[in-house]
Parts: sequence; C-alpha cells; structure tokens
Amino acid sequence: MSVIAVRQLGQNALTDNAWVRFAVRRTGRLLLSLWVLVTAAFIMIHALPGDPVRAALGPTAPVELVAQRRAAMGLDDPLWSQYLHYLGNLLTGDLGTSMTSGLPVAEVIGDRMGATVEMAVLAFAVAVVVAVPLGTAMAALASDGRRRVGDWMFTSTSVVLATIPEFLMAVGLVFVFGVQLGWAPVAGRAGPGSYVLPVLALAIGPAAVLARIVRVEMLAVLHTDYIRTARAKRLPPRVLYLRHALPNALTATLTVGGLLLGGLVAGTVLVENVFAWPGLGGTIVRSILAKDYPTVQGVVLVYGVGVLLVNLTVDVALAVLDPRSAIRES
Amino acid sequence: MAPATRSRWIGALRSPLGVTAATLLLVVLLLAVVAPLVWQSRADAVSPADILQGSSARHPVGTDLLGRDILARVLVATRLSVALALAATAIGVLAGLLLGTAPMLLGRRAGRWIAALINVAVAFPNLLLALFFAVIFGVGAKGAVLAIGFATAPGFARLTQTMVATVAGRDFIAAARIAGIGRIRILVRHVLPNIAEPLVVTATMAAGGSLLSFAGLSFLGLGVQAPSYDWGRLLGEGLAQIYIHPAGALAAGVAVVVAAMAFNLTGEAVARAIGLRSPQAGARPADDAPPVARAGGTYQAGSSLLSVRNLSVTFPAGADEVTPVREVSLELRRGEAVGIVGESGSGKSLAALAIAQLVPAPGRVHAERLEFLGADLRAGSGKAHRRLLGTSLAMVFQDPMTSLNPTQRVGRQLAEVVRQHEGADRTRAWARAVDRLRAVRIPAAERRARQLPHEFSGGMRQRAMIGMGVMASPALIIADEPTTALDVTVQRQVLRLLENIRTAEDVALLFISHDVTVVAQVCERVLVMYAGRIVEDLPAGELMHDARHPYTGALVAAVPGMDTDRELPLAAVPGRPPEPGRLPAGCAFAPRCPLATARCREQDPPLATYGGDRRVACWHADLAPTVAPQQTSAAGQPAAAGTEGSTA
Repeated sequence: MSVIAVRQLGQNALTDNAWVRFAVRRTGRLLLSLWVLVTAAFIMIHALPGDPVRAALGPTAPVELVAQRRAAMGLDDPLWSQYLHYLGNLLTGDLGTSMTSGLPVAEVIGDRMGATVEMAVLAFAVAVVVAVPLGTAMAALASDGRRRVGDWMFTSTSVVLATIPEFLMAVGLVFVFGVQLGWAPVAGRAGPGSYVLPVLALAIGPAAVLARIVRVEMLAVLHTDYIRTARAKRLPPRVLYLRHALPNALTATLTVGGLLLGGLVAGTVLVENVFAWPGLGGTIVRSILAKDYPTVQGVVLVYGVGVLLVNLTVDVALAVLDPRSAIRES
Repeated sequence: MAPATRSRWIGALRSPLGVTAATLLLVVLLLAVVAPLVWQSRADAVSPADILQGSSARHPVGTDLLGRDILARVLVATRLSVALALAATAIGVLAGLLLGTAPMLLGRRAGRWIAALINVAVAFPNLLLALFFAVIFGVGAKGAVLAIGFATAPGFARLTQTMVATVAGRDFIAAARIAGIGRIRILVRHVLPNIAEPLVVTATMAAGGSLLSFAGLSFLGLGVQAPSYDWGRLLGEGLAQIYIHPAGALAAGVAVVVAAMAFNLTGEAVARAIGLRSPQAGARPADDAPPVARAGGTYQAGSSLLSVRNLSVTFPAGADEVTPVREVSLELRRGEAVGIVGESGSGKSLAALAIAQLVPAPGRVHAERLEFLGADLRAGSGKAHRRLLGTSLAMVFQDPMTSLNPTQRVGRQLAEVVRQHEGADRTRAWARAVDRLRAVRIPAAERRARQLPHEFSGGMRQRAMIGMGVMASPALIIADEPTTALDVTVQRQVLRLLENIRTAEDVALLFISHDVTVVAQVCERVLVMYAGRIVEDLPAGELMHDARHPYTGALVAAVPGMDTDRELPLAAVPGRPPEPGRLPAGCAFAPRCPLATARCREQDPPLATYGGDRRVACWHADLAPTVAPQQTSAAGQPAAAGTEGSTA
C-alpha cells in the first residue's frame, strides 16, 4: 500500500514538473517578446529621420519652442539614459504626452481601447460560433462520401471569402446593407445596430478560414484509429463527433485561431477607419499622419501587448486541451 | 530550373484552377504594362461638367469628384498598385532570405539570437508590423513599400530557416562540408537551389498579400499620396462618396480582390502540383467479375454465436469497384477461439471490420448472412442494434498507441461504454472502469484511470483497450493483430490476458494475425486467407504439420525455428500476393504455387470440405503437405509472413 502511495507521489510530482517547466518557458518567451516590443517601440522614435519634435510642430515653429519641447521630452539626454527613463515610465504606466492634444497618452488610449477590444472580441466570437459547427458539419458530410456538390461549393466560397481583406469586406457591406438596403448604420458606435456591420466585416474572413481548417482537421481526425475505437464502442453520432472528434480537431484549429485573432486585432485598424469607429485604429492613423509620435508609440505598444496576450492565451488553452503540447515543448 | 520541375509547373497550370488563375494573372500583368499607355490621358482628363456621374456610354463606371473617368483610373492604377506590391514582396523575400540563412552563415550562437528574434516578430500580424515600419519610413509610397517589405520579411525568414535546416541535414550537404567547401558556397550552390521552388511559390502568394496590404495602407492615407493614385487611394476616395456614387469604391475594390486572387491562386495551384507528386493512391484497376457464390461448406447456422455466409467488401475504384474481401463464410460458437492468418493485404483485417460493421465510408459490405447473437446485423443501425454491438462485441485493434483518444482520460473512455449503453450513472460507470482496469492488471488502477493515454506504456494501453472491451459483458472479442505493435514480453502478457478472459467468461475470440505460431497457440481453429478469400479452414493443432493448402504450407515453412540456419536469409513465401483489382484467372495463388498445374490457372478451386472437419480451396489438397520449406528470399523483399507493418 505504502509502496503504491510513494510511487503515486513521485508520478504526480513528475507531471506537475512538466507544467512548471511549461509555465517557466512560456513566461520566459513572453518576457523576451515584451522586451523586444518595448525596445522596438523605443527605437522606432529614434530611428525616425530628422527631429520628431520639429516634424510634429512643423517647419514654421520657432527654434526655442522646439528646443524647449526636446528638453521636456528628454531627447537631448544620452540614448541609454533615455532608454532607462522610458522603461521606468512604462513601469509606472506613463506613456508620455500627446504632442497634438497635450493629453497624457495613457488617458487617450484608456478612452478608446474599450471600443476596439469590444469589436475584436465580438468578431472573434462570431467567427468561432459560425466556423466550428459549419466546419464540423461539412467534415461529417464529406466523410460519408455524400454531398460532393455541397462540399465543393463550401470550399470555393470559403476560399473567396478568406481572400477578401476586412476593409474591402467592410466597404462591400456598407454598400449592400447601408447604401442599397439601408438596414444598418454605417458609421459611429451608437446602439447595438451599429455593431452589426463592423463586426461582420471583421468576422467573415476569419470565419471562412477557420471553417476550412475545422473541416480539414475533422476529416483527418475522423480517419484516426481512436475514432475507429469510438465507433467500435457504438457511441451515438453526437458523442462521437462532439466528444471524441472535436476536441482533437480543435488543437490545430486553436493554433490557427490564435493567429487569426492576432490578425483580427490588426484588422480593427482598417475596419474602424471605414466605419468611423471611435477606437484605437482611428487614433493611430491620425497620430501617424499628424506625426504625434508619443501617441503612436503608446498605441503600437498596446496593440503589440494585445497580440502577445492573445498568443499566450492560445498556448495556455492548447496546453489544457492537449497536455502533450505542453510536455512536448518542455 | 530542371526540366522535371518545369514540367510540374506546367502541369499545375493545366488544372482548371491553374488555368483560370494563370490567365487572370497574365491579364493583370498585361494591364499593368499597357493600361497607362492607353488610358492615361483619359484617366487624368478633368471635366467639371461630368462630376460624379453614373454609368453612361462614355463613362461605363461613371466619373469621380473632378469628372474623371473611374474605369480608366482603375485600369491605369494597375501599374502602380502591382509594381509597388511586387517591390515590397521583393524586399520581403530578400530580407527574409538574409535573416533566414543567417543562422547557417553566422554559426550557432548568433544564429540562435536571430532565430529568437524572428520567432518574436512572426507573432505579430503583418499589418501591425507594416504600421510600425510606416512610422519609421514615413508616410508615402516609398515608406509603404519598405514598411510592407519588412513586415513580410519575418514570415519569409521563418520559412527559409526551416527549409535551410531541412536541406542542411541531408547527406550531400554533409559531404560538401566534409570536403571543406565554405559556408557561403554551400548556401549558394547547394542549399538555395533546393529551396528556390517553395520560396518562389510562397512569394507569388505573398505578392497577393502585399497587394492587399498596400491597398490598406493607401486607403488609410499612409501609402500613395496625391496626385499619384493606386487602388487603395481610389478606394478611399470612393468610400467618401459611397452614398451618392458607390461605383468608385466598388470598382477599385473589385480590382484589388481580383488581382490579389490571381496571385494567390496561381501560387496555390503550383503549390498543390508540387505537393501532390505521388501518383493517386486510391485508383486501383478494376476487379474481375466476382465468381459465382458457392456453398460455404458443412457449417450449419442457428446454433452459433456468429454466423457469416458469403461476405464480401467492395470499394469503388474510379468507375468500377474492387472486392478485397470475397466469399468469406465462417461460424463461431460461444467461447470458441478462431484465428485468421494471412499476409498483409490478404483481407483479414477488412473481413473483421466488415463483421463488426466498421468498414469506412466508401466501402460496402454484402453478405448472404451476417448474424450475431441471433440478430441480423445487415438490418439497419438503430439504437437496439448499436446497443447489442456496443455491449456484446468488443474490438481490440493493432496499434494501442493510436487507438485511444489522446485528449481523454483513460477511465472516462472505458466508462462511457456503460454510460451510453447501460445508462449507468457517472459514479457507477467510473467504478466499473477502475474495476476493469484492475482486472486487466493495470497497477494503481484508481490513479491510472485519471491519466491520459500518453502516460501509459504500449502494453498498458493494449490492456486498457481489452479492459474497455470487457466493460459490458461481451460474447465476442475481435482482436485485430493485438500484439503486433508490442514487444515480445508484453505480447505474452496480452495473450495470456485474452486467454484468461476467454476461459473465465466464455467469450468467443476472433483473433487476426499474420503470426502463424501465435495463432496456433491461442486458437482452436484457424482460417487462412489469401487474396480476400478463405483458402483453408483447419483445426489449430494441425496447422503446423498437416496443412493441406500449399499457401498455408508456405506460411508455416517461413516461420524460423530453433534449428533454422541463421547464416541464410530469412525464409519468405516467394512472390507477392496479387492486388485485389488484379486477380489472375483461376486460383489466385497459382502464380506463386510450386504445385500449380494448368487447371489451377483456369479454374478457381472452391472451398470444399476435406476430411470431415476442415475445408480447403485447392485442386491438389492431397499433395500439399509435402511442400518443401522455401529457403530462398529475393533480395530486398521482406519476409512476408514475418513482418507486417499495417493492417490490410
């Protein structure tokens, strides 16, 4: 009895160890990525040709004003001290001051981030909710060898939809549903109706890609030995597809889904500009055009951190869903 | 490029998709060259009288804010849009190649840093990278080209890196390295030519992506600046007027999508042609007409557990079909152990799957009779049917490493059998699962039940599979090569376990194996299959020394014994079994048979009763046992009876 207990302890410790190793590795990678991101954002400002303050204030601004601003921003200090200063400020949540509005960048971002996050999360949810059942159903039909025509139509439609970038999708949607049919508002963020088109514009492409991947993965899974085992157990189709096949198909789907979600974060920039959505996308484009570099830097950091968080979530979800992936990595 | 490569590319362009895509791409490229020459003046002609007009004979898609012809502007913009996208792609490929080959050129330490940096960069979406670089390189066409180029670089770097790593591992690179050839020379002469093909394909697809990205940046006002215009800018301008005059935005939008798709699909068509180099595996030649059904011997139905008569399995092959399993008739009594032996491809596994109603999709099963526990399995797949098979028929498959669901706890996979078929609640089902794991001698079953399959060893997994089979109270276990994937000591345990279950619970066993010795030990009766048919049915005790069919004799002779001369190559049944679509006329074994006569090559012998308790399908059953052991083995040909990688 005690022998078994001891062995049990040892075994558990071993599996826990794999998890610890996974956590350490993954955190290490996150920190490295964060450091690269933060440093790149710092370098971005300093790699600009010419003087960013002069660029922002324009050629007519008096020399004293430019010098004063440069001093205030610490641009005349040695580079390493600027870098340390910048890192210190980041740790305290200070992203600098907008050159155009004079407001703290953190405040501007705080005001606008909600709208962007909302749109991205909703769009991703819509994409997943549509793609997973659709892909599963298409795989189930294809594996029976029936409905060749339906399969062909699904594949070609999804290829076309996946190629159309989100901002063109947005323009198309505005034309059809806003201009021709007048069903949904095409600008601004007021009321639930205003979410429809932006969210659709963002969701359709990823949904098409995801549905294709779910289908391919499901088809592969349906031919595996363990599905044959499940069939041999004569489980009802519901259990067979949902409990045995789907979780295995999802591991690959999730990996791609993570990339799509990352891309979706970027896609909000364009879609927000089509729909005059009051989010970060409008802010970054306006700041780039106005050469408001502290704001640009801050927004780039926020987008970057957003992508890193998405990737982290995906990896953790993968590890939970398929523990072998965590072990394989460590 | 080598001629073979070129022919493959051309082959790719012959498919309907390839032709469409390539034609589209040609049109786009042609327009890029020609359009500004033809329509430039028309596109720039400002006409205050024609502001924002709709479609007309003079202006098919209407006019813009300054009365310029939109169609002409979209056509003219092709050159700038495509040229900028190609330039960006070229920069991306070049930068990617430099970054991706750097680990090889700079040695391990610097290489690792660059690889890490690439890994971080690929995590960020293209558009974000493009925005980042757009800030550095400044707003405008030049800045955008550089921005998009550098944004696509990490992806190419990653691709190059993996491909270089693969190629660099090959023998000829090692040989070149040993010969003292420098790194750069190896890279240019040996590595790059080998990765050029996929790189070009990816670049073609990436050009489509760059086109879209560029349209995006210009649309945002960060790319091409007035008075120049590309599709993105036309789109942005058009969007402002979309309520009054949607044609402007739509025309530019359609142009972008069509052009991008032309690049993407061309790349994809070629990629597909390169990737699918192997000949189509599914297409098999047509089968001969199945021989007339014959009576299945002396067996009487009704009293038995499993009764199969004239079972065949067909698969569609093009317009025809092949029949890898034919005329299989067998009876199993309660508690009886029957083995099926044969080379790989003899149809033994497929026959077992057919009996269990598990033949995968395009395959069809026909049988004159297929009864299990008195129920006709051919009739429907209703709930009662499912329950009967789920509780009374257990399957154990060849490869325990892949036969359990990797994402589910072992205990749950066992428990669901009784949850589904007996309506047992969670606790009771789990308790039964633990009990059965214990019964199949899994140590610490309580804890093991909570583990995932990958935490089990191969032997433990196979025992868990058997435990799964006995969750309910099976009357028949079909074990398809249950020990083939296990090492010898573990094989023993699994065989003993099956034997114990069989004798203790009076469970019948249908044991499929290529291993004549094992079958002779485990089973009471043996069915020998060749080319989809049962060719001999005999008591297991007579298998090793009194086989009547020359094929059975050859199988037995191929078993190495203690006195086998180890200096000689392993014995094998000479020749190869025929493919199911290409059966010879007459006896299928005749081409490999030392006793074959003219009659054998013309008439297929029926499976006839022989000496009371056995059946043989051979015209020379009386001569057969004198077959000499075959000690010849063609070079490179595996010992057919001794090695089998996969089930048929």
